[in-house]
Amino acid sequence: MIGLEHYLTVAATLFVIGIFGIFLNRKNIIILLMSVELILLAVNINLVAFSSYLDDLVGQVFTLFVLTVAAAEAAIGLAILVCFFRNRGTIAVEDANMMKG
Amino acid sequence: MSSISADLNIIMPEIILALAAMAAMLVAVYTGKDKLAPGLVWGTAGLMLVLAIWIVTRSDGATHVAFNGMFHDDAFSRFAKVAILGSAAAILVMSQEYMQRRGLLRFEYPILVALAAVGMMVMVSAGDLMALYMGLELQSLALYVVASLRRDSVKSTEAGLKYFVLGALSSGLLLYGASLVYGYSGSTLFSNIVETAHTGELPVGFLFGLVFVISGLAFKVSAVPFHMWTPDVYEGAPTPITAFFATAPKIAAMALFARVLFDAFGGAVGDWQQVIAMLSLLSMFLGAIAAIGQTNIKRLMAYSSIAHMGYALMGLASGTEFGVQAMLVYMAIYVAMNVGTFAFILMMEKDGQPVTDINALNLYARKEPGRALAMLVLMFSLAGVPPMLGFIGKLYVLRAAYEGGLAWLAVAGVVASVIGAFYYLRIVYYMYFGSDTGEELDRTEAPVLSVFLAASAAAMLLGIVNLFGIEGAAAAAAATLVH
Repeated sequence: MIGLEHYLTVAATLFVIGIFGIFLNRKNIIILLMSVELILLAVNINLVAFSSYLDDLVGQVFTLFVLTVAAAEAAIGLAILVCFFRNRGTIAVEDANMMKG
Repeated sequence: MSSISADLNIIMPEIILALAAMAAMLVAVYTGKDKLAPGLVWGTAGLMLVLAIWIVTRSDGATHVAFNGMFHDDAFSRFAKVAILGSAAAILVMSQEYMQRRGLLRFEYPILVALAAVGMMVMVSAGDLMALYMGLELQSLALYVVASLRRDSVKSTEAGLKYFVLGALSSGLLLYGASLVYGYSGSTLFSNIVETAHTGELPVGFLFGLVFVISGLAFKVSAVPFHMWTPDVYEGAPTPITAFFATAPKIAAMALFARVLFDAFGGAVGDWQQVIAMLSLLSMFLGAIAAIGQTNIKRLMAYSSIAHMGYALMGLASGTEFGVQAMLVYMAIYVAMNVGTFAFILMMEKDGQPVTDINALNLYARKEPGRALAMLVLMFSLAGVPPMLGFIGKLYVLRAAYEGGLAWLAVAGVVASVIGAFYYLRIVYYMYFGSDTGEELDRTEAPVLSVFLAASAAAMLLGIVNLFGIEGAAAAAAATLVH
């Protein structure tokens, strides 16, 4: 029987992979965007699992909001990335270093 | 049960501003595009001021709840909204001339600022995790774009990119926390979550959720250890936009922080108090120490804002009603100081190009004694030197921390303030007693900026009489939040 904790474990794993993807990735900014999406997917799995467990629709409504905002966020992120690429000619993470820090 | 028209009436200011922004977008795209931008800037600023006045005059002082508890219109949110709209309008007016001369004044700019303001207004009124998230994202998405507004500059797009990646990460942390809080309390409404928080022994999942939500919000207020984006974004973004980042979004994020901590987790003060106190302590010290080595005034202001957020968090850490009042007073004073300081920074230029190196301020007082004097008052106020208003703000939060049983934090705050005074006073030193480097700033004619600089400096001196009445308003606001 697959219960709530299985879903929560998958979501937690995805979340941790997403966080590590952001902090350990030294190559490509696109991978950062993918990691952010992974984090949001983990949240969605969490919300839907809780929604089903609690027998409460609010969690699924929340999921739809998160999906919509995630799409808008990805669009804006890619737009900024394209502008950055035009100026810098690269999208490697270590080349985003015009300012120290 | 409230009717839909009553609900809509409660969020009327937000609806008006959002519709105005969308109408402006349509009109501008189909007609003059960027030629309309100066008019749009003044129009948006005017509308924001009118809305701020309307929010004050239409209120009967009571708390109104719309959409089954998702949206709160109370004294707390009204205080924050007036501060947000006022500072956003001031920054818009200040930025118009600067951006026009540098070909940055696109018609999207006032529209994005207006939409960000709508997001902030929803944030401070949120009574539900979903409303919180939607408001926060509306604000953040608009801010990512304005940070990279100068799209042909590497620095500006890099600032936008860094802000976007770290902002998206913080939203992810906040959401993951929100999903756990929803799962373990069974509701997204703050009013239901707080009942779970009151039950005493809290489930581990709920505490995890609380910590994640706090981390996400700490990113937004740029509290240490989640501050990494602040100096880069402040440096890379065009100066008027840096000024905007330093004011309205900070109030909104801090007010949201207070609302989440007290409205949703009010029963678990013991669980979050130490976390907030730690964030406050680290922010104050990192802001004070890391700014010492900075020569770029925008980076310096970034560290200064990190330190100031530390002091504002000190008010929240006390966990009392007086602490929230102290936080609100502190934020109002902080914003008034920053508007003036950025008016000064916007006037710094040489051969028509903006200058951000503080060495360029050497002997500035000989050429522009009036502006140098105003800047001196603002720097003293930022450092917290009595009798300026900045000192009163610090006094408030220190008292709140002491009365809240965090005497060690208050002592640490005084120490950090003494360390931080060094870099504010260094700017004053350069202006009055610096060495002649031969590099002189231009004499700029900037009537609007001069008025803001003078008004802000005058407020720092005159405000000590009665704080312009914000004390009472902040007390009423805090009373509605802390039960």
